[in-house]
Amino acid sequence: MSGNLATTGVFDVEAVRKDFPILQREMNGQPLCFLDTAASSQKPLPVLQAMDNYYRQHHANVHRGVYQLSQEATDMFEAARKAVQRFIGAREEHEVIFTRGTTESINLVASSFGSAFLKPGDEVLITWMEHHSNIVPWQLICERTGATLRVVPISDEGELDMDALGQYLQGPVKILALTHVSNTLGTINPIREIVKMAHQYGIPVLVDGAQAVPHSPVNVSELDVDFYAFSGHKMYGPTGIGILFGKTAWLEKMPPYHGGGEMISRVTFEKTTYNELPFKFEAGTPDIAGSVGLHAAIEYLQGIGLNNIAEHENELLKYGTELLREIPGLRLIGNASNKAGLLSFVVEGTHPYDIGTLLDKMGIAVRTGHHCTEPIMDRFGIPGTVRASFGMYTTKAELDRLAAGIKRAVKLLL
Amino acid sequence: MESINQIQDAIIEEFSFFGDWLEKYEYIIELGKDLPLIDEQYKTEDYLVRGCQSKVWLHANLEDGKVVFKADSDAVITKGIIALLIRVLSGHSPQEILDADLYFLDKIGLKEHLSPTRANGLVSMLKQMKLYALAFQKQLTGKNE
Ligand SMILES: Cc1ncc(COP(=O)(O)O)c(C=O)c1O
Repeated sequence: MSGNLATTGVFDVEAVRKDFPILQREMNGQPLCFLDTAASSQKPLPVLQAMDNYYRQHHANVHRGVYQLSQEATDMFEAARKAVQRFIGAREEHEVIFTRGTTESINLVASSFGSAFLKPGDEVLITWMEHHSNIVPWQLICERTGATLRVVPISDEGELDMDALGQYLQGPVKILALTHVSNTLGTINPIREIVKMAHQYGIPVLVDGAQAVPHSPVNVSELDVDFYAFSGHKMYGPTGIGILFGKTAWLEKMPPYHGGGEMISRVTFEKTTYNELPFKFEAGTPDIAGSVGLHAAIEYLQGIGLNNIAEHENELLKYGTELLREIPGLRLIGNASNKAGLLSFVVEGTHPYDIGTLLDKMGIAVRTGHHCTEPIMDRFGIPGTVRASFGMYTTKAELDRLAAGIKRAVKLLL
Repeated sequence: MESINQIQDAIIEEFSFFGDWLEKYEYIIELGKDLPLIDEQYKTEDYLVRGCQSKVWLHANLEDGKVVFKADSDAVITKGIIALLIRVLSGHSPQEILDADLYFLDKIGLKEHLSPTRANGLVSMLKQMKLYALAFQKQLTGKNE
């Protein structure tokens, strides 16, 4: 693996790119310029090879067979859990629960925590910059339990209103759920500080880490979060697998989410007793191959070094911000002082959809629309944005192409 | 009046002169800019066809047994394609519209805009156009029922 930093010592984006086969593709006759990593990242060879090897050599169902092959698959699945535990600094292995993704992780907590601890008069606190995945599950459980959903506002720069948060936390709040990094604005929230504030009132905090984990080191013990949710496919791993970290004390108090095999200890028609953690929350056959791919992605990330990735993406952010600021009529949405590697924008007199369509014709893949954050669009009074988001393989040359592409599109449209 | 297929064929012929995507989109954008497609009074929730990304407004009338469509969008490329769809479908009888097979978008390389994943409202708009035609068709034949 030429891109592996551990062997070369310096971050070399061109070497990294060689590990991602899809980046060789052409789009509409041009080299693919992939600027939609926030939606889903591309996959490096070691991830593809690990999953292929798993299916070729080791596949059987987990935790069930007395035979060797099933044991191998189980070992690989559990090794992945251990890798995640170390990667995010969780204290216990059983605090790592495999899910299908961030969305399922949040639904699990909303449903299980909510049915155990929410009642009429209680409040659930979220923020204005949440992904729909961290809004709708809470709306559903609030409807079911009679609790109230409250929303912490954000500033014009796209930063969380910390004073308002402090006030809201004094209400009858049972849980605070917020994003670590906004997928639309790029804002990085001061999670450690926020958790401290919430814990003063004994309020647990769930953090949506979908956009944080792939871009900088995250340690759930240092952050002292109660729940942390993220997706494999946004961190260079496969689709279909996600993680919920939960503190033991909370997970033990919460009822199961789904019922089925794997999650039980004994079943009779009168009463079923549940398996211990983490299996209590993992009903049915899990995504074993996904866990293997995720494990490989974690090792790949560690090989490159998350600090190196953060530094690279920061540099891109600075470079890209300057480039886009020069474009007449372009307005960046999200100008937080602490911001992750993405640029959301609108151009006066044009619709994001038109810009996105024309960029696609030039081989540039960006996302347009509301990015599953409609409240942010309403907050800023826009129909959507164009969003370019970076990964470890993004280059400055690609940002040059983006800027030139936008100028060309605007010229056509105005 | 030309038939729906005659109009489609004429559009395919026109588009065959474009050398690359740029010329094609320049033309579509011009169509989008030129056409004031709908009265402001119809740009309301009632006439809104929801796309996820761009909004489309659609209004239809029956005049002398022919359906007259008016539509608009907030995105200019979507609007340009709407202009083409209206050129093809507007002014025909409900039955002709119901029977229409729209092959021209595929032939001029714009089929991608009718993919549901685009969420630009065009798929819903076409469905809505057929629904209007169906409703008018019922009105016309209703006398015999
Ligand atoms: C901030 C944030 N939260 C949640 C999600 C949902 O992730 P998934 O679709 O993998 O469940 C996303 C991804 O789109 C996201 O960006």
